[in-house]
Amino acid sequence: MSTVILADNLTRRFGDFTAVDHVSFEAQTGEVLGYLGPNGSGKTTTIRMLLGLIRPTEGRAEVMGFDVQHDTERLRRQCGYMSQKFALYDELTVWENLTFYAGVYGVNERARLNETLKWVGLVGQEKTRTTALSSGWRQRLALAIAFIHRPRLLFLDEPTSGVDPTARRMFWDLIYALAEEGVTVLVTTHYMDEAEYCGRVGIMRAGKLLAMDTPSNLKAKALPGRAWDVFAEPLLKSLAVLEATPGVTRAGLSGDHLRAITLPGVDVNALHAALGAAGVTVAAVDAVEPSLEDVFLALAG
Amino acid sequence: MDMIEAKHLSRAFGKAHRPWAKQSPDALRAVDDVSLRVAAGEIYGLVGPDGAGKTTFIRLLCNAIRADAGEATIAGYSAARQPELARAQIGYLSQRFSLYEELTVLENLRFFAEVRGLPAQEWKPRCHEILAFVGLDEFGSRRAKLLSGGMKQKLGLAAALVHRPRVLLLDEPTTGVDPLTRQDFWQLIIRLVSDAEHGVAVLVSTPYMDEASRCGRIGLLHHGHLLTEGTPTQLRATLQGRVLELAGTPLRALRRIAEQDVGVEDVQMFGDRLHLRVKPGAGDDVISRLRAPAAPLQVTRLRSVPPQLEDVFIALTAEVAAMPTTEGK
Repeated sequence: MSTVILADNLTRRFGDFTAVDHVSFEAQTGEVLGYLGPNGSGKTTTIRMLLGLIRPTEGRAEVMGFDVQHDTERLRRQCGYMSQKFALYDELTVWENLTFYAGVYGVNERARLNETLKWVGLVGQEKTRTTALSSGWRQRLALAIAFIHRPRLLFLDEPTSGVDPTARRMFWDLIYALAEEGVTVLVTTHYMDEAEYCGRVGIMRAGKLLAMDTPSNLKAKALPGRAWDVFAEPLLKSLAVLEATPGVTRAGLSGDHLRAITLPGVDVNALHAALGAAGVTVAAVDAVEPSLEDVFLALAG
Repeated sequence: MDMIEAKHLSRAFGKAHRPWAKQSPDALRAVDDVSLRVAAGEIYGLVGPDGAGKTTFIRLLCNAIRADAGEATIAGYSAARQPELARAQIGYLSQRFSLYEELTVLENLRFFAEVRGLPAQEWKPRCHEILAFVGLDEFGSRRAKLLSGGMKQKLGLAAALVHRPRVLLLDEPTTGVDPLTRQDFWQLIIRLVSDAEHGVAVLVSTPYMDEASRCGRIGLLHHGHLLTEGTPTQLRATLQGRVLELAGTPLRALRRIAEQDVGVEDVQMFGDRLHLRVKPGAGDDVISRLRAPAAPLQVTRLRSVPPQLEDVFIALTAEVAAMPTTEGK
């Protein structure tokens, strides 16, 4: 294994606004690394710096051994990019879209195009207009295009937003196969469902990288205390009670129950007591494993 | 009382048979014999993939398109035979809602209030009330184009609610919206139904399982059919004891071994772990077989975990895919 991305105190300011604030991390060959954050948290600015599209104000980055400020041409030839909003030409066929973008990358061997189409499972659909494809299949075509020049590093921006779990899973199996062959993948996303598919996940807020670890470790370690599902009626009154209970760091509505995050030391009896004293009817207080969303809201909320 | 009632609702479209295309194999029927009820105070999640028929179903409820068979009623009014009365009870929001970018927040709301027939003396207090509810009361004079994405979405919700509908239809309302905004949005929706005084019924379509888990009841729509219905807890319980979590190294090699185990029905890979769906009652046997693989493979964690809705969705749609009656598979 070797280091594919090295970001060292990477910082970018736009006037008084610090879009990316001293971000440091590394990604190794074959790693699938997620980057999770709300709009404007600095995800895209980080990627633009890693691709050498904008210069860091401070700090430095190396991608595949190339300095992002000086070797940008050679660097970008080794990178692929795919976005949920990737512009496929709707009126063109699958084959026409593929050959058009292959031409842009200077790829014209027919064997390569066929191999790529076969990899994503679109053989037989060459003459289908892309407008007729469902979103899961469009995403696979977009992935084929992003990988047509065999990049060593793939950037994916919300690659599977809006698709169902089955289609998402098929897409990720393609990504895992690439990673197994040594392609490194950096995924930026809003979606917890998507972040779960990454080997490690970084959480961004206001330009800062707040945490970066495996999803399991984030859930086990990044919360201050514990997560609870609280079933109590009336719901809104119970919410108000929890919000006012010492040691409850966050309480929210979650369908037919409440989700609460508490500091260590707050136990089931303390929650029962607080709710009972306020006169609400408590059906159950269950300790639950925190979700990635709990972690995200605790860190970035 | 049931605010939304669909009885055997069906709608077909005349499209060619193309299994890889947006339309499913039996896509000629976009919505096929769907019956469901949503009571006041309830959030019903219509969950399904792209092309499952979610949007068509919602359009049938609004009578924006006509049903081939079956009937929909909204707060007791027939969607097809009393469309004006039914529509007056509906608030509707999709991810494609449009605002007048050059108008202020209040002007936008006034427009929707007047379109919805609110009397002149009533629109202003109602607009302020609904803006306060969505948390935009300080922004009444801001032009819509200067709002953030999350604020625009809240304004969209305010516009959908301005005429006090008793039924709120949300068609993938948070697609493309960031997680903090989604969290805020859902807090508002749950507040809306939890307030007994207003008794709103909400039907929301979504492809996201984390969103589905916030609904009181869920219906799983697949190829136009309602496959199953229940509370998130009930649906998860259908796989109780059948989902194992396995972590270890190297994960990809462990996956191949797990896939060959006789007790394992399905293996799903995540970034740092596997989820195994095992045959009923096979959990302990699978754990004992997979716990100690030959070196250099190593299992660091293998245990039964609470099933997630995503596991349920995949299990159910796999059953359907395996059914011989599903043509073209």
